[in-house]
Amino acid sequence: MQNNEKNNSRRNFLKKLPVLALGTAALASCNSQEIEEFLQQNFKTLSKEEKDEIVKNLEKKYYEKYGKKFKVSDKPATEGILFGYGLDLSRCIGCRRCVYACVKENNQSRDPQIHWIQVLQMEKEKGIDFAHSTVHYNPETVPEPGHFYLPVACQQCRNPQCITVCPTKATWQEEDGIVVVDYNWCIGCRYCMAACPYGARHFNWGEPNIPLEEINPETHYLGNRPRPKGVVEKCTFCVQRVREGKYPSCVEICPVGARKFDNLLDPESEIRYILENKRVLVLKEELNTQPKFYYFFGV
Amino acid sequence: MKLLFLSFSLSLIIFIGCESNSKEKLLKIDLITQIDSSSKNEMAITPPPFSDGIFPCSECHKDLKPNSTRRKLVDMHDDIDAMFNHDSENRWCLDCHDTQYRDSLHLASGKRLDFKESYKLCGQCHGDKYRDWKVGVHGKRTGEWNGKKLYLLCVNCHNPHSPRFKPLKPLPPPVREEDIKF
Repeated sequence: MQNNEKNNSRRNFLKKLPVLALGTAALASCNSQEIEEFLQQNFKTLSKEEKDEIVKNLEKKYYEKYGKKFKVSDKPATEGILFGYGLDLSRCIGCRRCVYACVKENNQSRDPQIHWIQVLQMEKEKGIDFAHSTVHYNPETVPEPGHFYLPVACQQCRNPQCITVCPTKATWQEEDGIVVVDYNWCIGCRYCMAACPYGARHFNWGEPNIPLEEINPETHYLGNRPRPKGVVEKCTFCVQRVREGKYPSCVEICPVGARKFDNLLDPESEIRYILENKRVLVLKEELNTQPKFYYFFGV
Repeated sequence: MKLLFLSFSLSLIIFIGCESNSKEKLLKIDLITQIDSSSKNEMAITPPPFSDGIFPCSECHKDLKPNSTRRKLVDMHDDIDAMFNHDSENRWCLDCHDTQYRDSLHLASGKRLDFKESYKLCGQCHGDKYRDWKVGVHGKRTGEWNGKKLYLLCVNCHNPHSPRFKPLKPLPPPVREEDIKF
């Protein structure tokens, strides 16, 4: 009896050997960079040297994957700048140029499709009424009589609920007001998507697919760098552009000039002029999210 | 002719300075010929979008005797006549185009204006839009949000002879959620 047990345990031990070997092999197949990425500390706590190292590794990884030279910036916010956005509801004609300019600039997956900007068509008679709006309108030409258009992306709230629910602190608000996601820390739980009242966060259900020739290699670590499957992404006001002084790509493309972007802390800025002189509204004001994305009526 | 037009358009890309003070900003946009690239904000104004070979007007008009009687145009500019829709009940060509100096526009006061300053002509009726355009709220700017900007003139988006913004074909709607495969 005792012998049997001994034999069994030895047999069990031998049986488990291959499993152990497989495990070791799996670990060994993880290259050092993947292990490093797995053990990476929260981005906000990293030193400059650590960030440089991570950025360098990412650039190398993207080069190998896409065959293009990538720039992954980690440029931080500048003091004295708080970004604000204005959208003229009396001008927008719903042409969706912004949607696709954003997709291209920010390396959003084409298939499965991800759009950071949703353009809602609403009836003038009903006013701003999400329940009766549609994003699937497709007439020959826009604007359609009796309708107006309300593009919605991340509202860059001052009081963002998406970041309070994140269990891993993978998403936060930067000093210049941009709410960002660290894709290395996101575990894909999608709590933030449930918390966001604007539907502004999008999940990579599948491996993102982007035609190689359309990849934008000018990226930011916290913005448009290529994402893996299983992470959440969102509008960052084109952090890779605006921190270099450029306009977000949706502002650049808008054929009717409905989109305005400037520094809220500069009293002479365009956005402050809008706030002081135009009729302005924010979406779902009653939720106290305090967006920095303002809709206004230019006329 | 082509070369002439090209050099004309190039000469119209003028940088004008603009201080951070908004009052200065308002005033300085009028000084369109001032070149100052040293200040914080620079603005370039795009050239007016002439049709090919249409400018200078004097090329054809130099031998024509001006006829200031309002009439239907035939032979030349009949295309503009046909599409003209800008208070057409009360206005015609010579209310904006100058009768004597064919390469110029003129204000209601009779003051002559270069084509690159056409926004002043628009502004004499559309004062509210002019005011908003000067501060960057009406119209489109590209370039840098805190630096060099490219301003579009009124006529870059609005055909002065038929100014209503023309409808556009929308880009495709998003895929319906139930159709997304992964």
